[in-house]
Amino acid sequence: MGKRTLFLVVVLIISGLFSGKISASEPTEHSRAEQDSIHAASNHAPAEHGQTKNGKVDITAVAFEHILDSHYWHFWGEGHDAVALPLPCIIYSNKAGFKFFSSGVFHHGHESYGNYSLVNEEIVSSDPEEKVTDLSITKNVMQLFISAALLFWLFTSIAKAYKTTGVTSAPKGKQSFFEPLITFVRDDIAKDNIGAKSGKFTPYLLTVFFLILINNVLGMIPIGANLTGNIAFTFVLAACTLIITNINGNKGYWMHILLPPVPKALYPMMIPLEILGIFTKPFALMIRLFANMTAGHIIVISLIGLIFYFETLWISPVSVAFTLFIDVLECLVAVLQAYIFTLLTAQFIGAAVADHHHEEGHGSEEHAAH
Amino acid sequence: MNSLFILEASLIKPGIGLIVWTSLVFILLLVLLGKYAWKPILSAIKEREEGINKALASAEEAKNEMKELKSANEIILTQARTERDAMLKEAREAKDAMINEAKVKAKSESDRILASAREQITNEKNAAITELKNQVATLSIEIAEKILKSELSSDDKQKALVSNLMKDVNLN
Repeated sequence: MGKRTLFLVVVLIISGLFSGKISASEPTEHSRAEQDSIHAASNHAPAEHGQTKNGKVDITAVAFEHILDSHYWHFWGEGHDAVALPLPCIIYSNKAGFKFFSSGVFHHGHESYGNYSLVNEEIVSSDPEEKVTDLSITKNVMQLFISAALLFWLFTSIAKAYKTTGVTSAPKGKQSFFEPLITFVRDDIAKDNIGAKSGKFTPYLLTVFFLILINNVLGMIPIGANLTGNIAFTFVLAACTLIITNINGNKGYWMHILLPPVPKALYPMMIPLEILGIFTKPFALMIRLFANMTAGHIIVISLIGLIFYFETLWISPVSVAFTLFIDVLECLVAVLQAYIFTLLTAQFIGAAVADHHHEEGHGSEEHAAH
Repeated sequence: MNSLFILEASLIKPGIGLIVWTSLVFILLLVLLGKYAWKPILSAIKEREEGINKALASAEEAKNEMKELKSANEIILTQARTERDAMLKEAREAKDAMINEAKVKAKSESDRILASAREQITNEKNAAITELKNQVATLSIEIAEKILKSELSSDDKQKALVSNLMKDVNLN
């Protein structure tokens, strides 16, 4: 089964690259005319599927199409040849309440649906009074569902393997692949940074680690969504870390923030800084993951884009070589960023739950001085 | 360029939809995985680690026990060896004693036999001598009788004899 999946992925990659190359580098008269007519009709702000009117590829638009969220799951092909899966749209309007429909109704933004139309992947109403909250199952949400289901299936089946084969036999298959990762997160991330209380936080760290890891990997597949490079996703994970860190913060942690071990004269400066620090740490987490994953995708697309920028196939060996290099690097980054996010989360939690012996020492010194 | 700004803005603007879905899915995943995956997996791994530690500890214990057993065996073996040596020695001594006793017994028996043989020989010899003496006496008497008879057969001869005897007697 693994072989078949791999084969499918390879076919998808090759066909995706191929169709993109052909339609972009050698646009037929037919497709060019079509593109022109489409643009004339819809008068879109960004170029449709990355092609400007003169047939030249707008690499920026292509890059953003790849890294941004979409209401379609675009597989391959451009214009009318595009193979894309319309995704369900869920919107909440302050006038009409909840509405459910398929994104297919927009015909890739060329048509409107009632009051609503799709502009720059944003559902807007023609009524200026109507405010639309977009809760659609977008490409990223879809991948989130898929990855969550995959993780659930994977780890419950591993859990079942422990139950059926017992703990006395050596792990097999998936179990033997994931067990070292699980023990790595438990021992080297959770235990090393949190200490004795790590057991309570290990499930959170494991979930964060594997959710980021699987989405980093899925994001590297050409048709995959750039979920971990989306700031909304990283925002939620960082917010969870923020909440968990602070609701578990002990007396020492809060003492350090509200009564920092500095002369009292510095309190007006130190306390706001310490409070700001509560938020900057998870904020950095959010930005780090988002920026790393997005940057990786932009570099890959830019390297492929060189072919279209110079409009020559001769540059392609350079593009392919560098893309390969960056892709290998991205494999490392995919694991590394999942590790870093989890590690820093563990460190923040560790700092919040640690016994601040030296802090108390400072406090008693201060008491003695007064 | 205008489009680029719009795209860049949407890059760093978190979409409310994705925030909602991510929160929902993430919390759900956290709860479900926590209950159905991490808990059994972590407890199973812990159980196995404890099992491995226990097995290692008991192996070490068994090794020590074996060592003790080995030294105990050694002691028993040495004891057995010394015992065997002692037994052998004893047996040898017993054998020597037996042989000696037999030798002494045999010698005394032979001495006794020799002594009795010697005694018998002496007795026989004495008996033979006595008989010989008796026969010699008898013979001597017979001879003497015969000689006397012949000597005293005539008067001359009786006169010669008296003269002879007179000669020897002399007159002292």
